[in-house]
Amino acid sequence: MKIYDMPDREGHFGPYGGTFVSETLIAAIDELKRQYLRFRDDPEFQEEFAYELKHYVGRPSPIYHARRLSESLGGAQIYLKREDLNHTGAHKINNTVGQAMLARRMGKQRVIAETGAGQHGVATATVAARYGMECVVYMGSEDVRRQAQNVYRMKLLGARVVPVESGSKTLKDALNEAMRDWVTNVQDTFYIIGTVAGPHPYPMMVRDFNAVVGRECLVQMPEMAGRQPDVVLACVGGGSNAMGIFHSYIPHESVRLMGVEAGGEGVASGHHAASLVAGTPGVLHGNRTYLLQDANGQIIETHSISAGLDYPGVGPEHAWLKDTGRAEYVAITDDEALNAFHTLCRMEGIIPALESSHALAQAMKMAPAMKRDQILLVNLSGRGDKDMATVAERSGIRL
Amino acid sequence: MSRISATFEKLAQERRKALIPFFTAGDPSLHQCVPTMQAMVAGGADLIELGIPFSDPMADGPTIQRASERALKQGVSLSDVLDAVSRFRQSDVATPVVLMGYANPIERMGRELFAERCAEAGVDGVLVVDYPPDEARALGALLSPRNIDSIFLLSPTSTDERIKEIAAMSTGYIYYVSLRGVTGASNIDVADVARQIARIKAVARVPVGVGFGIRDDATARALSAVADAIVVGSRIVEEIETSSESQAPAAVGALINRFRQAMDADR
Repeated sequence: MKIYDMPDREGHFGPYGGTFVSETLIAAIDELKRQYLRFRDDPEFQEEFAYELKHYVGRPSPIYHARRLSESLGGAQIYLKREDLNHTGAHKINNTVGQAMLARRMGKQRVIAETGAGQHGVATATVAARYGMECVVYMGSEDVRRQAQNVYRMKLLGARVVPVESGSKTLKDALNEAMRDWVTNVQDTFYIIGTVAGPHPYPMMVRDFNAVVGRECLVQMPEMAGRQPDVVLACVGGGSNAMGIFHSYIPHESVRLMGVEAGGEGVASGHHAASLVAGTPGVLHGNRTYLLQDANGQIIETHSISAGLDYPGVGPEHAWLKDTGRAEYVAITDDEALNAFHTLCRMEGIIPALESSHALAQAMKMAPAMKRDQILLVNLSGRGDKDMATVAERSGIRL
Repeated sequence: MSRISATFEKLAQERRKALIPFFTAGDPSLHQCVPTMQAMVAGGADLIELGIPFSDPMADGPTIQRASERALKQGVSLSDVLDAVSRFRQSDVATPVVLMGYANPIERMGRELFAERCAEAGVDGVLVVDYPPDEARALGALLSPRNIDSIFLLSPTSTDERIKEIAAMSTGYIYYVSLRGVTGASNIDVADVARQIARIKAVARVPVGVGFGIRDDATARALSAVADAIVVGSRIVEEIETSSESQAPAAVGALINRFRQAMDADR
């Protein structure tokens, strides 16, 4: 087993990652890096984090053997890591608890966040309420429309939701706006980034806080199935749930890692959000990574049925895992994801998030060609309650 | 000596401070880019900062972001910006032009080709807002043999160590960001800026300009007592935004002339 210790001191994963920000943010990022490195190795911090994950988030999340689904496909056994059972309904809370704890230790009374589907916004508003902090969430106005329920949840939790009207009015623009808030209010504000992107140390820090997912699987899989899975699958927008479940498995080279991007209306159509499958390297949001961009280096608008995957970049560690071949990346279309969504609802009584349905769809594609004693482990990163309106609309039903 | 250094040397002899207007290339239109630059020079600009439009200008406020969006809507590319500088050089060989923008359009073109095309077009300096020092050094190694300066930002939160590092890498001039926040914000504390500029000048080998949030001629006048150059950006972009396309160059020229008169009043 090889030791994996990325990133380097400057936050590089090979040629990717780094700190591409304006000078106005350097002092804040240096301070964050210093404080994070200090508390990462602090037993008291880690003990409190473990306590919060157990008693507030509800960890460990179980692994579930989807027997009826596996049986119907007639091939590999599909297991689901149930991040949908976490408090607030997705893996996002693992990271927001960790960053809020850090913010408290740094004396910051105000937290800000960007959100796409609203899951990270809800998870941030939740911990802000839990710790009595002021919370502002930036959300593209297009996403505010698509995810009205999550907007209301954030407001119930005491957060202020700011709709962002610039650019494509989605996640990337919300991130730009949150960065601007941070530059302006850096003295009292902590920026809780929700994915493994952004300038160093965010990709590393968000991964570390989510890595509990893969650590649990390493222990749970042998208990449940007698061995580790053949393939671990996770959806990839920015890529935080995927890095969370991949990280512990990187040194286990017999386990295939597969990231599933949003293929939208098909990669050939141009309407998708598959940065790793169809993008090229560039610089956005503080790091070098694969991007969906035009010939002039302008970021292009993306499309996915799932707001949480609708992002033109991707975490730099995924870019590195792709180039080195340690992980494979594929795209699943809106229709394939919807089919997986409905199938899981009816066969297992589990309503998955549309994001997670992409990973599930890839597993359903692979399973029939595999042997019955092989195992596919899918990170079911979130529950689908938030997607009721989107799915109903797609089926021509008005709620 | 670069065109930028020659300009600052001449200004120092005349005991004047540099007035540096910024606008986004292609706003309001590519067609008006060169006439706007010419009107700026006629109004009293000493050097022009030309913004390269980018879809995600993270360090800019809403005003300059809208300027980028207007330019991108017309399909203005980095290549178009370089062509505009070439056209400007046909009528003006004295006024330095600095390109200011984000890393991605430059990386997409390729650093080597970008440096070559800057040299061909007559660009005098480059400021990449989101490049860290290591990346900037790599680009600077391609620019300096072509006699193109590397301009850097410093901010109120820059540490002494950081100021030393940036000062050592800077050629042409250093751009001090006068407030915390994005471009176009308000509330400048002149006394604080004076203290910070003194801190930078203690280690800098090049002139120090100040910008971000200079919205009126009184502020420009006060700051020109402590800095070597005044950069005006969002205020100019607002003028472009509220003018008709055909009137934009004249409106910008008149605005710059007001700043010029205020800055020269105490001479």
